[in-house]
Order: sequence, then C-alpha cells, then structure tokens
Amino acid sequence: MKRSAVPFLLLLTLAGSLSRVARAEVPAQVLEAEAKRVAVVDKVRPSVVAVFAVGGGGGGSGVLITPDGYALSNFHVTKPCGNAMKCGLDDGKLYDAVIVGIDPVGDVALIKLLGRTDFPVAEMGDSDEVQVGDNAFAMGNPFLLATDFTPTVTFGIVSGVRRYQYPAGTLLEYADCIQVDASINPGNSGGPLFDAEGKLIGINGRGSFEKRGRVNVGVGYAISINQIKNFMGHLKSGAIVDHATLGAQVATNAEGDVVVSNILEHTDAFRRGLRYNDEVVSFAGRPIRTVNAFKNALGIFPQGWRVPLVFRHEGQKVEVLVRLRGVHRTGELASKVEGRKPEPRKREEGKKKQDEEKKEPEKKEPEPKKEDGKKPIPLKPAGAPAPMPEAVKPFFEAKPGYANFYFNRFNQDRVWAAFIARGDFKDLTGTWTLPSEDGQVKFTISDKSVAGVLPLGDSNLPITDDLSVTLEPAGSGGLSAALYLWRRLLIEGPKKFGEMHYLGTLPLAGHGIVDVLTGTHANVECRFYFDPAKGHLLGIEMIPDDDADPCEVFFSEYAEVEGRSLPHRMEVRNGDKVFGNFKLGQLKLEAKAEK
Amino acid sequence: MLRTLQFPVLLAALLALSLGSTAQAADPRQVVRDVSPKVVKIYGAGGFRGLEPYQTGILISSEGHILTVWSYVLDTEFITITLDSGRKFEQGKSRVDEKTKKKIEQVELLGADPKLELAVLKIDAKDLPHFDLAKPTEAAPGSKVLAFSNLYGVATGNEPVSVQHGIVSIRTPLEARRGVFETAFRGQIYVLDAMTNNPGAAGGALTNRQGELLGMLGKELRNSLNNTWLNYAVPNDQMRQSVEDIIKGIKRSVAVDDKGERPAQALSAAILGISLVPDVLERTPPFIDQIRLNSPAAHVGLKADDLVLFVNGRLVQSCKLLIDELERIDRADKVRLTVIRDQELMEVELSAQTAAPGIKP
Repeated sequence: MKRSAVPFLLLLTLAGSLSRVARAEVPAQVLEAEAKRVAVVDKVRPSVVAVFAVGGGGGGSGVLITPDGYALSNFHVTKPCGNAMKCGLDDGKLYDAVIVGIDPVGDVALIKLLGRTDFPVAEMGDSDEVQVGDNAFAMGNPFLLATDFTPTVTFGIVSGVRRYQYPAGTLLEYADCIQVDASINPGNSGGPLFDAEGKLIGINGRGSFEKRGRVNVGVGYAISINQIKNFMGHLKSGAIVDHATLGAQVATNAEGDVVVSNILEHTDAFRRGLRYNDEVVSFAGRPIRTVNAFKNALGIFPQGWRVPLVFRHEGQKVEVLVRLRGVHRTGELASKVEGRKPEPRKREEGKKKQDEEKKEPEKKEPEPKKEDGKKPIPLKPAGAPAPMPEAVKPFFEAKPGYANFYFNRFNQDRVWAAFIARGDFKDLTGTWTLPSEDGQVKFTISDKSVAGVLPLGDSNLPITDDLSVTLEPAGSGGLSAALYLWRRLLIEGPKKFGEMHYLGTLPLAGHGIVDVLTGTHANVECRFYFDPAKGHLLGIEMIPDDDADPCEVFFSEYAEVEGRSLPHRMEVRNGDKVFGNFKLGQLKLEAKAEK
Repeated sequence: MLRTLQFPVLLAALLALSLGSTAQAADPRQVVRDVSPKVVKIYGAGGFRGLEPYQTGILISSEGHILTVWSYVLDTEFITITLDSGRKFEQGKSRVDEKTKKKIEQVELLGADPKLELAVLKIDAKDLPHFDLAKPTEAAPGSKVLAFSNLYGVATGNEPVSVQHGIVSIRTPLEARRGVFETAFRGQIYVLDAMTNNPGAAGGALTNRQGELLGMLGKELRNSLNNTWLNYAVPNDQMRQSVEDIIKGIKRSVAVDDKGERPAQALSAAILGISLVPDVLERTPPFIDQIRLNSPAAHVGLKADDLVLFVNGRLVQSCKLLIDELERIDRADKVRLTVIRDQELMEVELSAQTAAPGIKP
C-alpha cells in the first residue's frame, strides 16, 4: 500500500504541474479576482458623478452619498462652477445640481443633485481601516473624457495613509489623507476613491506633479472619508465651514517629544490648563509623537468640535475635553473664498487685538521641508459661470458667509419641526417655574427677570439688552441668562429668537453627534443641542464672551407635562466645575396672564 | 533504501510547493509592514533649482549598511538618515567606543561606484531589519513588483515611505546616449511600468510581491527626444560585487583628510599639468580649470571642465581632498583618475613621467 502510494503521489504532482502549464494563461484565482473587480466596479459606477460648469467647458468629478442627491466633490472643482452645476451620471442623463456647503481648507464641497429621490449611492467606508498595500480604485472623469458620463476606472494600491500635505496656495491643506498610486489626473478631482469592496474611502483631489507637467506621476492624494464624515453636518448647513485650531502650536523638542511652542491665552486649551512647553501626549484619541501626527489629528475636525486632550504639565498627566475654535476669524474665511473684506460681527468689535497678531504665524517645521509641488487639479471652465438654471433657483439662497443659506433654513426648520412635535410652547408666555424635587432650589423665569433660589444664596437677573455682563448665579457661568434664552427659544422659535442659524452637527458627551442651532440675542451667543433622532433639546451652551468658559446646561429625564415633553433633570457646568445637578420637580409653565 | 529516501524527499518537495503557493498569496499589508523598516530616508545637499535635497536608501546589513544612489544629495558633510522608526542619524556626530576607544561616526559614506551610480553609507546602529543583497532574487518580465521610496519627500520622521505597484516590463541594458538619456550609468536595468522614479525616490527598494529585494530604484531619467521619463531599477546582481568591495574597503573608498603618511617626493596636480577651479567653497567640486599644454594630463586627454571623481579608486569630493590624495602618491608611481565629462565616465592612467604627445610610452 505504502509502496504504491509513492508512484501515485509522483503522478499526482506530475499531473499537478502539467495542469499548471495548461492553465498557465488564466488561473482560476485570477479569473475570480477579475470577476470580483468587475462586479464591484459595476456596483459603484452609477454613484459616480461627472461635474460640469453650467454651460460646459470645465468641471471634475463627484460621488453620490444619499438617495436624495447629496454628492461630494472638491471645493476647487465647484468653485469655478459657481452656485449651480450640471452633473452627468452613467445612465447618460444630465442633472441640475446646486452647491450646499463648502470646506475650502479641506477642499471639500457638498452639492445636491436635483430631480430624483432614488439616486444610486456609494456605500460609506471607514478610512481609518485603510492600510498601506490595500487595493484601491479611483473613478471619475479624467481629462473630461467621457462624453456619455461613463466614469473612468483607475486601479492602484494605497501608497500611504495619514499623510499630511502642506497648504498649496493659501487655503487648501490635506491632513490625514490617503496616498494612492492609482492614476489621479485633472478631471478626477472630487471623484471617489473606493476600496477593493467598493466602499467609499476618500475623495481624490490632489497629486504631486512638478516638472513633469500636470499628469499623474503615481502620487495622488484623497481626502479621507472619515474627515468628511466629521464635516458632513456643517456642510449640510449650507455654510462655508472652517477647520479647527487648538489655539496652540506644537514643535518637537530635543528629546523628541511634541511640546506646546506657542499658545494663545484666549482659548479653551489655555483655560483647561495647557501651557507653553507642556507635552502633548494624545489628541482626539490619537497618540501624538510627531508634529505631523498632531496636524493630522487636528485637521479632520471642523470648528467648534470638542475633543479629548491628554497633556503633561510639570510632570503631571492631565486629561481634558477641549473646544476647538476656528482657524479663521468670523467672516475671514468667507471673505477669502468670496474675495471680499471680512465684516466683523458686532460683538467681536473692540476685542483684544493680540489674538490677531499672534494668529497663525506659519510654523517652521523642524523636519525637512516638503515640496510645494502638490497642486489641486481642476479643469477650469472658460469665463464666468453661466446664469443659474430656473430649476435650481428654488434651492438657492445667497447670504454672506454662506455657500447656500437655503440649506441652513431647511435644517433649522427640520430640527425645529422635530422639536415642537414633542410639545409646542409658543403660548406659554407667562412665568416659568422650575423647582427642584427636594425644594431647595427654584428658578423663576419671565420676560423681565430670572430669579434663582439656591442654598448658597439667591440670585436675580433683570433682563436687559446685554446679558453678557452679569453672570448670575455666581459660579454658574451665567445659568440665569441661559435659562432665559432657553425659554425664549421655546416660545419664539428660531425665526424670532434673534440672529439664528443651524450650525451643523457636533459631538455631545454621551449622545454622539447631535444637531446644533446657534443664535445671538442680548449680546450673548447660545448654542442649542438637539437629539437628531428624538428631536428633544439635550443641552444649551451660553457663551457670554469668547474668552470665557460657557455655561453648559444639560437636560435629561424628559417626561410629559400637560402634553409637552419637558426635562426633569438639569446639570449645570462651567469650565471644569459642575455647578449643580438638579432633579426637577413640579415644572410650571404659565400661559400669559389674560388681562 | 531508495524507496525510504524517496518518500521524505517527495514530501519535502510537496511541502515546498505548498509553501511556495502561500508565499504567492502573501498578505500585501504584511509585506508592506515587513519591508518598510528596511527603507530609510536620506537628507543632504540640494534644495535649489529643482534639486530635491533628499533621496531614499535601503538597509543591507543588520549593522547599518545602507545602499543608495550616488548623487549630489550625498555631496555634503551633513547627511542625515532617518529610519522608519523615526530614529535619526547625523553625519558629523560621533561617539567613542568604550572597548576599542575608536571614534564611531553616526553616518559614514563608505564609498561610491559612479558607473553603477551607487553609494554605500554606514550608520552607527545594530540589529536592524535589512535586505539580503546576496540573495539571488530576480524578476522576469511581467512579474508583479512593489516599489518603496520616499518620493517627493512625502514621509518625514517616523512616517512610512510610499509604496507603489507595477510590473517589470523588461530587463535590458540602459542605452544611455548623449542627448537622449543623460546618465553615467552603465549596466542592466529593470524597466518598470509604474511611475516609480520620482524626485526623492532614487535609492528606494524594488521588491517582488513577497517583499524580497529585486533591485534599487534609479534616478530620474528623462528622454529628451520625446520628453518621457524612464522608470527603472538596478538589479541586485548588477550591484552585488561593487557593494561588497566598498563594504570590504577593497575599492572605491572615500578619501579623508587624516594627515597620514606622505612620500618625500609626492605627486601634485601641477606636476600632472592640472589646475583646478578656485577652491572657494567648503567643498569645491574638483573640476579641472585648465590643462597645461604638453603635460601628462594633456597627453591622456584630460580637458578643462572634467570633474574628477576618483583618484586610484578613492572618492574625492572636493579640490582639497583631491590635492591631498595626490600628495599621498609617490612621484614615481602611476595614478588612475576617473573623471566625468558630459555625463560620460572616463578613466585615465598617468604619471609624472607620462610622455609628451608624439612620444609613445
């Protein structure tokens, strides 16, 4: 038996090698891989958008991400198109599209294709999972080749992840981006980068060129989709979205640690205790060992995001949540984009000048300088954009500082409709009484004043047209003003509250990503955080001054009172301190006394 | 006896076969993770007129031998090498070994071979992941390959170098022709279908899909007839002997100003009939300014604007070192000079006694 096995085995190996020769041209594995690739391309192809300026002559690429027509592209693709564009899909049809929101620094534009609610969409991937060596393919309209809008596919591997690319020109900065060797050429800009499964992992937008002319040299860069996810709510707000800064610069010291080399005093980071020469240990959950790692971690967030920061101060490890402010002053980014002078808002006038002076002096890198040859790759249309098509006009509203205010209004209405579905407060214009369950604390809110009964002493805030001056009760950071503005929003609604807009989405501790309305009244800014699923109000941040910690009020334990959903727990925070955590008892919201 | 032997042999063969096929399906992520630490970033001279001050290198020994291309980037005393881990080595910094009391440089340029456009550096480190240049790994046309390099200086510090994919189009001699491909390189190359030879990529690693070294990425090379760029790598076997010789110090070592012994009757540039360009820089490249009529140098055909690279196989990177190197040679001996003229390498042998024109030696 054993003896006969030997020749048998020999035969088997022989047969094996023979068949290997016979099938040498196309092994089954290759055929399978090919079939899979074809299927994946077929699956994603309908979601790829060819973007053109109205009137033709230029454009780039994009990708659909929602059935109602939201699509991603590059800012440098949509900018020359103006506020409206024509978008071709691989069904051969051309659709009208309108600008929604832009992120000029991150080179992202959100547009909306009109006319359908069943657009084919790309499945979102997780760009943090992407690794070097992974297969990836780019789709789009390089050199505007496809007259029938059928996208071009180029295949490659991921050459690098978490790449930091210095700003090209004045604004565009690619942080935490994906480097690919798939051909990315002019016209590919704004198009999708897919992983091998056809999931959307990035938006192609940049390449290294230099002396070889403006064609691919095997080095393309895609904005990671996870960064865009962070910006999505802000983009949908119709805004010109700014990136975030910590208000501090970092550098590598002689020991190789990343330390604070410069910090502005009027920042949340400073108020949380971060000082010059402190070592940055981790930021937004990422360990920070190089300056680029910090820039990558920072570059994926929009203004206003709150992230965990771990630093070492005088040998002591400190963990805080820190608010990120905008890289640009209010209006500054919009003016850069729109090419006009910034108009500082009222409450910013007379603000301390040193912030501006210290602001953003471009940091010199200790590491070898990178080339400035990375350029965005637009195909510019000739001349000015054509007039907006009639079909697009109902979806566009111009407003300074916004890409398209129509979408801001749309989201304000959406958030407010979801809120008042749980209770309408517009008739309750009388006095509101909020006693604590144990009877020790009571707040009484009316049009004229907010009175507080507290164990540490009573407070009374008369309502004036400047609530930023008196921050009652002491230690709360301005709870009385916050409660007054809360009542005002509930009664008046966002339209009559004051200067109000939909900010987008931000993380709120314990609630994930939530909708945010922000408004200014009586010289204070107030942010209202809404549960995106249930619609109720999760919290308020009352910001009396950009240089002070806001008063944070968190509402929970919602229960119905006379047909309206009302919070029965209220936690108040200011800076690092909890002012109070009140279990509310018999809430009394009076209708206006009839006289 | 035969039968009992056959069985294990067969088994081993089968095993090898199956191992081979698992190697075929190597996880690309793992290959990248394995290869990246064997590639280093090199920073040096340049930074103007489109000359990037950086290139790539590959570790070829555990004790820090680095193979890279011989280029202007290395023409400085301040070469910096950054490993994949972010660890930095700087030329000019050194330590004294406790046992041998010898000075050990952080970065040392061991030598160069201008014909193959390669150089070998050594850093003061040990237990490094490295490629094995002695391994006879080759790639046939059509083979899938990966290219690892720091093209465009994209990666800094501990950031991994870039990876590209492609196939070997052909293995062929590089036909350098004046006015077409301006290069001093002479030898076989792998021509690649991918855009691998970008600024900063020279000296990078070409590997197969299993991460085994196939060759070193060459410099950027433009065909001036049709304005296309050639992407290529120099195969291992082309470089092996030269690299070994440099490491062993057999040839192509670097001239250093170490105040060594000098013969009583030393040679000099003047005796050979060579005058160099004015020595104005810290490291003035040793270009020939003038050749005296009827001198030994004139006789062997040296001309003004020739750049002297080697004296008796020792790399001379400045006028100072060239003069110094000549002073080590006895006037009675012959000297071999390697010069570069219009991207062409020339080697001449001459001595103080080299006959004047017209008189055959």
